[in-house]
Amino acid sequence: MGFTLVEKILGRATGQRDVRAGDVVEPRVSMAMSHENAALVLNQFQEIFTGTGLEPRVWDRERIAIIFDHRVPAESSKTATNQKKVREFVAAQGITRFHDIRGDEGGICHQILPENGYVRPAWVVVGTDSHTTSHGALGAFSFGIGATEMAAVWALGRALNVTVPGTIKVVVEGELRPGVAPKDLILHLIGRLTAQGANFKVIEFHGETIRRMSTSGRLTLCNMTVEAGATSGIVPPDEETLRYLREEAGVSEIPEDTLLSPDADAHYQEELAVDASTLEPQVACPHSVDNVKPVSAVAGTRVHQIVIGSCTNGRLDDLEAAAAILRGRKVAAGTRMLVFPASFRVYMAALERGYVGDLLRAGAVVMNPGCGPCLGVHQGALGDGEVALATTNRNFKGRMGNPKSEVYLCSPAVAAASALTGAITDPREVN
Amino acid sequence: MGKVVLQLGDDISTDIIYPGRFMATVLPTETPQHAFADHPEFNQRLRAGEIQSGSIILAGHNFGCGSSREQAASCLKGYGLVVVARSFARIFLQNAVNLGLSVVICPTVEASEGDELEISATAVVNRSSGQSYPVTPLPPAQQAIIDAGGLIPYARAKLVERRAAAR
Ligand code: SF4
Repeated sequence: MGFTLVEKILGRATGQRDVRAGDVVEPRVSMAMSHENAALVLNQFQEIFTGTGLEPRVWDRERIAIIFDHRVPAESSKTATNQKKVREFVAAQGITRFHDIRGDEGGICHQILPENGYVRPAWVVVGTDSHTTSHGALGAFSFGIGATEMAAVWALGRALNVTVPGTIKVVVEGELRPGVAPKDLILHLIGRLTAQGANFKVIEFHGETIRRMSTSGRLTLCNMTVEAGATSGIVPPDEETLRYLREEAGVSEIPEDTLLSPDADAHYQEELAVDASTLEPQVACPHSVDNVKPVSAVAGTRVHQIVIGSCTNGRLDDLEAAAAILRGRKVAAGTRMLVFPASFRVYMAALERGYVGDLLRAGAVVMNPGCGPCLGVHQGALGDGEVALATTNRNFKGRMGNPKSEVYLCSPAVAAASALTGAITDPREVN
Repeated sequence: MGKVVLQLGDDISTDIIYPGRFMATVLPTETPQHAFADHPEFNQRLRAGEIQSGSIILAGHNFGCGSSREQAASCLKGYGLVVVARSFARIFLQNAVNLGLSVVICPTVEASEGDELEISATAVVNRSSGQSYPVTPLPPAQQAIIDAGGLIPYARAKLVERRAAAR
């Protein structure tokens, strides 16, 4: 019997030939990513060395990436002090892939990794963030872990006690209709699978629609696989992956033998088919991501705050979609619109193409790249009883900083169209 | 034997267990104060020391879904709580095992707040109703970490072993 993509990657990373779902392995890690929670990781890292007589040194200073994004610039002295500790640790250990709060290289971790070539096909990537699933878009096996687990990776260079996940194969055929985006596809899929439908499993994406999709769209898909409980999402690397790596991530060498594909006779635990051509824009309703409805079912719902950005939908094509709808128009009175690009590189490109100007003139507030309102600790909190419509990935109670508010999730086009009317609106109706 | 002090439904996210706005607090010694901060009444009882160590949080499926924040496990561990759930989300389950928070997978469990549960390796017995429900054992990979006393000692032993072998 053949192997799934993840089984093949873990076979490579362990040097074992026959790695199967359910096995327990200790794969070598190619990239280990943390954000501000590196403050906790470094604490646990030092604990591991306590009493050993060994000097605490990370296993490989070039395979650790640390990106400040969750609370940038720091919202409190506590955060600032954590960031200071991490900065000192980075300097002391000589960690090379560090992205501080800077306009030339900052951004959200899940955007910084791909756009800087820190993720490659067939790599094992771990991150102390649940949306580390994103990087499967480039053909890596990439999954979220806790801070203590990361501390063990920093010390040993291996992910300990990984149970090889089973795989769900999702085949997507048919063309997305105008006004329908990869975000709508993944929301639809989460609605079908439920919030726990892919628990402990990987979602492997196949089909014509995926092959035609940009890496940006694939990042959106893989990013949200965790909302169905998945360990990760993964797209077998293809022409588009190579194009992205070469043209957008500046990677020149991509070894042929890293371009793995699953075997035709691989064993899948479940197979799902999606006809993308029948989808209409989707909205995830409060307070769970799997509470998904077509936009027509919730159209007209009054919205107080529109949020466009995040690691899910804060890339150039997302801002372009929003700018195209808002150009020369105005955000409705009584509705606030916040935009936070996924990285400063995206921000700069959006400036050069005029999208930032379009959005500002329409009345949107363009914020600095970072996690911003997405996790409700920094900016853009909601008032009691208020409703937000966001292109982010979670709408759990309290996610935007107030348990007495509601968050709906959607694509950039739905968000922008709704900004014009102040109520949830199908983008196909405003053009 | 422990008493069910909080009963919850399915898909309880780590945002509910430990809201994002307290994420700048990271040390396991400091996180317990924010456990279930958006359930003010329960948070108050925890902080007032009204809840005994060994008390049980009972949940449905997919407990701990969402963010990977380890604070969600360390804040409960700080009070010596036990989580009995029908199923757990992957990252939370692993964090709990790594930090030594007691978690019990019991897919059919039925109980209510105030019930006394007796937990063994194979079953959860509800003393209040007399019913018994089978426990799903943790995978061996996780059990090995528990047996080592948590991930830190487990990783430390590996580290020492590997450095010795490299010499
Ligand atoms: S943008 Fe939101 S989902 Fe993405 S890493 Fe930041 S907090 Fe997490």
